[in-house]
Amino acid sequence: MRVLIQNGRLIDPANQHDAVCDLYIAEGKIVGLGQAPQGFTPDRVIDASGLIVCPGLIDLQAHLREPGQKHKGTIASETAAAVAGGITTLCCPPDTDPVIDSTAVVELIKLRAEQDGQARVVILGALTKGLGGELISSMAKLKAAGCVGFSNAHQPVGNTVVLRRAMEYAATLDMTVFLHAQDPSLSAGGMVHEGAVSTRLGLAGIPACSETLEVARLLQLIGHTGVRAHFSQLSTAKALQLIGRARYDGLPVSADVAAHQLHLTQVDIAEFNSLCHVRPPLRTERDRDGLIEGVGSGALNAICSDHQPHDRDAKLAPFAETEPGISGLETLLPLALRLRTKRVSLMRIIDSLTREPARILGLEVGHLSLGAPADVCIFDPDRYWRLEEANMRSQGRNTPFLGWEFQGRVVYTLVDGRPVFELSGAA
Amino acid sequence: MSRNIQLDPQGKLRHFITVEGLKRQMLVDILDTAASFMTVGAQKTKKVPLLRGKTVANLFFEPSTRTRTTFELAAKRLSADVLNLDIKTSATSKGESLLDMLRNLESMGVDMFVVRHASSGAAHFIAQHVAPNISVINAGDGCHAHPTQAMLDMFTIRQYKGEFAPLTVTIVGDILHSRVARSEIHALTTLGISELRVAGPKTLIPAEVEAMGVHVYEDMDAAIDGADVIIMLRLQRERMKGGFIPGEQEYFDLYGLSEKRLRRAKPEVIVMHPGPINRGVEIASEVADGKHSVILPQVTNGIAVRMAVMSMVLGRPEEVVAGGAS
Repeated sequence: MRVLIQNGRLIDPANQHDAVCDLYIAEGKIVGLGQAPQGFTPDRVIDASGLIVCPGLIDLQAHLREPGQKHKGTIASETAAAVAGGITTLCCPPDTDPVIDSTAVVELIKLRAEQDGQARVVILGALTKGLGGELISSMAKLKAAGCVGFSNAHQPVGNTVVLRRAMEYAATLDMTVFLHAQDPSLSAGGMVHEGAVSTRLGLAGIPACSETLEVARLLQLIGHTGVRAHFSQLSTAKALQLIGRARYDGLPVSADVAAHQLHLTQVDIAEFNSLCHVRPPLRTERDRDGLIEGVGSGALNAICSDHQPHDRDAKLAPFAETEPGISGLETLLPLALRLRTKRVSLMRIIDSLTREPARILGLEVGHLSLGAPADVCIFDPDRYWRLEEANMRSQGRNTPFLGWEFQGRVVYTLVDGRPVFELSGAA
Repeated sequence: MSRNIQLDPQGKLRHFITVEGLKRQMLVDILDTAASFMTVGAQKTKKVPLLRGKTVANLFFEPSTRTRTTFELAAKRLSADVLNLDIKTSATSKGESLLDMLRNLESMGVDMFVVRHASSGAAHFIAQHVAPNISVINAGDGCHAHPTQAMLDMFTIRQYKGEFAPLTVTIVGDILHSRVARSEIHALTTLGISELRVAGPKTLIPAEVEAMGVHVYEDMDAAIDGADVIIMLRLQRERMKGGFIPGEQEYFDLYGLSEKRLRRAKPEVIVMHPGPINRGVEIASEVADGKHSVILPQVTNGIAVRMAVMSMVLGRPEEVVAGGAS
């Protein structure tokens, strides 16, 4: 299929490109920028006048719930939601059921993604067997099967020796480890930020130092083992400072933040709003502002959705008994675009959603160079819309952003040169 | 969803979940209504017909003897039919089964749920999901709130002290895990006392509690210096296992209320405790049984205050004042 995307404002951070430019696509690749290749006759012309054309977004963390929790989401339903949000590559963490610690599970997910997936799915293998934190996983086999990195998901590896070995082994295989920094004992039983709100509501708190302490420990081990490491979903400004300092000292570390952490704080829990039950917890305004600043400066490399779709019952209980997480695929871009009002440039916003996550995952996508896979997101930067439950594609409707008005909406998404999403009434 | 789920569109009390967010006048109304019920308990026929034909279900997901008994007595004195349900919660019982159970009780025509639950926010959750004609009274949810206990304590304070404005009140002990303390703090700050102090080791003082309008003391002697009211909280044994404090004796030495310590307070100080008391752990027996103690009157007042709250959310309490007991 040959596609011509005409008259759009092409923003491609990888090539520092920001200008109106036509994009020519053939056989799933980008074959022309500005100028049609010889003899190019499009099968489809997309008029992108007034729209922004950028690389398809890459989401560093999206729980697809398959295998194991199809009542919450499937690869089919969640990749459909992803492309509606302009996301063309999803990174799936290993805490599926069964855990991604064997090549069989990797193969299963790859197969399901090939059959039903609308977006690309890349996989993080388990860092330790069964995420148990005791035995390192068969990382070489998992790498050969296609895993792009290793993570222990939300299960902390308490035993520092095990963690050291896992990092050394990953470094041996030249693989990146993805780390959720939460001290296991300081966070045990907690569900909200320890502070004024946990005190008022009588909910068990997770102190900010649960994150900073673990980041400090992990940084020491990263320095010692030389592994390439990525910190997933930071929630405190102080942890970000520690990582920034380590990077300045030359450590190969990167970090991301979940989009909701840039817009919500502990105060949004109000009267036990379980839709704001997330892990790590929503923190203070100071943290939120520090994280936004981090996105602006690039100290936080990427923004991800930390997508966690749930069935209704998962949130229908007293706060402490609800499951954490937000269904976030469809608000990733809109929430990121909201940072335009906080002095973050559009180029940096798109960079944090495309080039940077691609680089962290070591993928060939995330840019619109000649010859690159034609994964493209086309959005209207001005269009206002309201997030309604009825319009969501994810199986999980668990989001505190229902009813929010956003500016900026995805109009077309292409994966491998194929239009996989078109906003109804777009053409 | 409106912020104050407890009020109906006319601003009347529909549920009683937390003291937080209620106006001072509403709290005073509860105390005044309770005062009018005090006579009922002293009469030969201890009943008024305010809730005749209404059904009250006590849903206790957490064991309790005293609170449940006083709620039961309060409901019966208001002539309501009472259903007691002690529900053993297992780790697997999740939201749906809780909601299913509520739906079942709703279908049986229950008018009011009195709920005690180990999870903070449980009463809120239930109030959000009950049918519009049903009221919910929070009999304690996790570490969040125990508003009827706080109101009976306010009632007791008013009974002995009259005015709230000049008072210095000190709450001592495990503030971190105490739903009673949280509700008392909201009530005392709303009623406008002069000074509110909390005292305990840092391990039992919740983060940023100052934001609730209290002064934090680590030194017990300083905390009760010149106090008009001292509220001692129960120290749960499991706090030792959790490593919050090293042992009972050391706790008593640092924060226990002894007769000697009590002399630092005002001469006419009253000593309160939500019960059940641990003699020799947070309070010396001589103090618990001494002339400053109002621990037993608290229990008596509990019935009148719970009658007041129940009648305010379901009935027309002004009738009792006009018509008296029948």
